[in-house]
Amino acid sequence: MAAATHPSVEEVWGWLSEVPDPEIPVISLTDLGIIRGVEWQGDTLVVRVTPTYSGCPATSIINLDIETALRGRGIEKLRLERQMSPPWTTDWITPEGREKLRAYGIAPPVDGTAADGVLAGRIARMTGANLTIACPRCGSTHTEKISQFGSTPCKANYRCKDCLEPFDYFKCL
Amino acid sequence: MPSLPDMNTPEVADLARREADAHPAHPTVPQPDAGQEALFETLLRIGDSTLILGHRVSEWCGHSPALEEDIALANVALDLIGQTQLWLGLAGEVEGQGRSADDLAYLRDAWDFRNLLICERPNGDFGHTLMRQFLFDAWHHELLKGLAASSDPRVAEIAAKAGKEVAYHLERSSDLVVRLGDGTEESHRRMQEALDALWPYTGEMFLGDDKDADMAARGIAPDPASLRAGWDETLRHVLTEATLQIPEGDFAHKGGKQGIHTEHLGYILAEMQFLQRAYPGASW
Repeated sequence: MAAATHPSVEEVWGWLSEVPDPEIPVISLTDLGIIRGVEWQGDTLVVRVTPTYSGCPATSIINLDIETALRGRGIEKLRLERQMSPPWTTDWITPEGREKLRAYGIAPPVDGTAADGVLAGRIARMTGANLTIACPRCGSTHTEKISQFGSTPCKANYRCKDCLEPFDYFKCL
Repeated sequence: MPSLPDMNTPEVADLARREADAHPAHPTVPQPDAGQEALFETLLRIGDSTLILGHRVSEWCGHSPALEEDIALANVALDLIGQTQLWLGLAGEVEGQGRSADDLAYLRDAWDFRNLLICERPNGDFGHTLMRQFLFDAWHHELLKGLAASSDPRVAEIAAKAGKEVAYHLERSSDLVVRLGDGTEESHRRMQEALDALWPYTGEMFLGDDKDADMAARGIAPDPASLRAGWDETLRHVLTEATLQIPEGDFAHKGGKQGIHTEHLGYILAEMQFLQRAYPGASW
């Protein structure tokens, strides 16, 4: 009957939705879409987490934060599993998460614009045209890419040509 | 009469034999299960290439010509080292001797490394580093596409993950090769010199041996030669746009995949492995 005393899986998801991403603390781990599964295996709670980027240094902090949050809720037997497949995609960032990013000053990813390594078409665009990214501050689409990589692997550097504000763009992956 | 093998023209088979004689049954190299040996070797070849290139690129941290480029190079290095953890982690699992990704990275010597020689080339100037990155990225992207269809699901899932990251690496390095190649007279000259200097290190990417043949036959990894067409096409697009001339020669320095390296690898390892060698088991 031990199972009856377990907090429900829904309750655990609710707790996880309060754990902030360590690098972008305005969004939660569930907003980011990196929690891939929560289940009870006997009396052990298993949480499956997928990394955003292979080398993301926040991964171990995220695991620690999950463990701390769940232990704080009285979970004693806990196992975190790394789930690699399917690989994380920015499509999994929730609509609420995107709005929080924008309000925080990070332009959210534009779906369907991930790099694909198929160069023929993209080279033509390299000569001037940038992806149209709206400035999270003033909303202008008159912006330019400064660098493919920004303050973290998941972001690129942009600048607004109207309000002149530099900003991060959360790259589509 | 050089006291060391001349690494510019290695007789690979001969050197490999001499290395094997000189280091018989090296204690840090437990023999893997027969059936897994080719897979273990293949994983080392991929993971060591990303590790050594990742380390090389990380040497730019704090030295790049512009802050944005500094950050971008550090991010590329981070991706490569992150991928290394996955590849070498799997290698250790396949080997089944309890070695972790860290053990493989920090506690092997040069003759146990299986990276492509191009990965250990010195950085040179910024243009040289970018050209090396472009030549590697174009190959890496093709390789990961092939590995994502691997019959081994563990290999396939790492490749699918890494492939998304490498698509960005390739776009960035292509973009910069075009800008610098089709830039000023000075930047054009430097990019062409870099391409000419690195060209003889590209052929090794497409040379297979019996281990590659075994992997291809089992559907675990693509035949290296099969990656050439896609790579050639990427080069043709980007280098034409960059107004750079693709070199003619097909001479290829080789041996990295079999553990025969240039003198540069030893210096990289001396720096990269110092802490673990001097303070075994140190952690924080």
